[in-house]
Amino acid sequence: MAFLEIDRLVKRFGATEVLKGITLEVEEGGFLVLVGPSGCGKSTLLSMIAGLDTISDGEVRINGRRVNELHPSQRDIAMVFQSYALYPNMTVAENIAFGLEMRGVPKTDREAAVAKVAEMLQMGHLLKRKPSQLSGGQRQRVAMGRALVRDPQVFLFDEPLSNLDAKLRVDMRTEIKRLHQRMGTTIVYVTHDQIEAMTLATQIAVLKDGVLQQFGTPAEVYNNPVNMFVADFMGSPSMNLVPAHIRAENGKTVVALSRANEDDLILDPGVASTKLGAVLGQNVLLGIRPEAITDHDGADRNARTLVDVDCHVEVVEPAGSDTFVVTHLGGKHVIARMRSDASVRGGQRAPFTFNMDKAVFFDPQTELRVA
Amino acid sequence: MSAIAAPGRTPGSSIVPRIVIYGLLVFFALIYLIPFFVMLVTSLKTMPEIQHGNMLALPKAPTLDPWVRAWGEACVGLTCEGIHGYFWNSIKMVVPAVAISTFLGALNGYVLTKWRFKGHKLVFGLMLFACFIPFQAVLLPMATVLGEFGQFGKFLTNTTGFTFGFGNPTVNLVFVHVVYGLGFTTLFFRNYYEAFPTELVKAAMVDGASFFQIFRRVLLPNSLPIIVVTVIYQFTNIWNDFLFASAYAGSGDVMPMTVALNNVVNTSTGVVEYNVNMAAAMIAAMPTLLVYILAGRYFVRGLMAGAVKG
Repeated sequence: MAFLEIDRLVKRFGATEVLKGITLEVEEGGFLVLVGPSGCGKSTLLSMIAGLDTISDGEVRINGRRVNELHPSQRDIAMVFQSYALYPNMTVAENIAFGLEMRGVPKTDREAAVAKVAEMLQMGHLLKRKPSQLSGGQRQRVAMGRALVRDPQVFLFDEPLSNLDAKLRVDMRTEIKRLHQRMGTTIVYVTHDQIEAMTLATQIAVLKDGVLQQFGTPAEVYNNPVNMFVADFMGSPSMNLVPAHIRAENGKTVVALSRANEDDLILDPGVASTKLGAVLGQNVLLGIRPEAITDHDGADRNARTLVDVDCHVEVVEPAGSDTFVVTHLGGKHVIARMRSDASVRGGQRAPFTFNMDKAVFFDPQTELRVA
Repeated sequence: MSAIAAPGRTPGSSIVPRIVIYGLLVFFALIYLIPFFVMLVTSLKTMPEIQHGNMLALPKAPTLDPWVRAWGEACVGLTCEGIHGYFWNSIKMVVPAVAISTFLGALNGYVLTKWRFKGHKLVFGLMLFACFIPFQAVLLPMATVLGEFGQFGKFLTNTTGFTFGFGNPTVNLVFVHVVYGLGFTTLFFRNYYEAFPTELVKAAMVDGASFFQIFRRVLLPNSLPIIVVTVIYQFTNIWNDFLFASAYAGSGDVMPMTVALNNVVNTSTGVVEYNVNMAAAMIAAMPTLLVYILAGRYFVRGLMAGAVKG
């Protein structure tokens, strides 16, 4: 039995269902990230776990105990809000101690707990200040301290980093991960940022329009997306989705990509070929991540099926650590990720290496994975 | 642009509008201040000086005697003990009425924004309606209600020996002012709390604070500007009220200040003592002035706070 179980959870506002039967579970010490575009219902789901939104149908269990009817304060959870929600009239120390005070913890114990958390988050010098005297990063820290001090069973984070600037966001991300590793607490974390999801999670749940699209480890979600939405949403730059035709050539199943003013580009699908037999003669969408299209030397040496082809290079975008090379296949721009010192220039032909181990295929109508 | 263009213009063209603007301002300020000035100087003059002198002239020998007489000796109807008793009557009415109506308004605003229930808009609409009721329209029905209170007070006296305040004119006025003030106080607090971040309430809920703990520990400490606005507004209205005061406590030693002042001026035993009347009027106006001076700087801030989010 998992530590936090979300069982066929439904949320209705009047006649509209905003969450349509979500089932998830997290082990103790797990880090579940709910990710999806805005309006997908991820924050509503978090509010329902917290008890700040009512549950229309289904069940939430924490450590085997049904919490549907429990008040937020009785669920043994702590929450970090997007706006931090620090009480402006209280000092940092009072903010952190407020939850303990409401629970009737004696003053001396509260002070000890605050001191401990302040040391953990290195903010002892801030304890006497008011929230208005703190920077964004410091407020974020206080908000986390307020959650940590209670030592709850589950931590809930509602887009905690979205109000920070880019650099601070990366720092705090690392800090959250470090805290999680050290404390080993169970965390549910909402974000719309797929990089945050990938870096922090032990389990990712991708949501769209109130429907759970995929639930799995970051590697599973990234490498084996179940549908085009997940494939497109996770990863930056996003996965190339190229219209392709599956046909048989010389007794082998191959993937053909149309090209302007040239013969079709023929790719050996490798391990996927047996599954692709079912869609022989049909159009599919080839999904391949930019890092699976490289220059020859940059290709993964352990890959089983590498296909070397020459393509016309449209644009080259050096990004320092990598060079993104744009070509045109199947009527779409395709981005390849090459080493920064790969000698490619725009307007010329260049050799590309496709790592077909990483290729996935989708049905263009249902948008579901076929191979 | 304007900084560069300014030296090119003739000095006169920029000064004329200013003269007009400041001239008008001074003119209206004078119109506003002259009655006040007359009151002040008259209250410091002796009667012979008033009878033979210029109304606008400064007192030749300023005296506080009229103030002392207004406070302690002026005749209100048949009793000549000054207005100090009525002044305290007003205080005893205003302080609880302002406190209760402000507190209840805050509570209403809290519920109407952070604990919304089905039909909260209708309830708020009905409360707003209270702001638009002309008070003359409720005089008689309210008199009936207060009459019932009086009956109940008598019943309590017969059974327990105490009235518990039922039938007491001051209590009645407090009740009336609380009821008719609630529309405004609720409106003020609702609009203020509408912009108050709901996440703070949610955070407090997760922290385990109860309904009233959230109100007392999170909402109220962050409501100072709107509390000041409400207190000033309610204090001024209730202190200055004449209609309810004269209708429900219009005679005897329970009169509030406003009714007593009216009676001071209307009491004619020989010579009309303008200086005493003016002094009494000044004393009557003093508390509202004091509230403005003490809390006024929050007033504008608070009026703005509800309007602009954040």
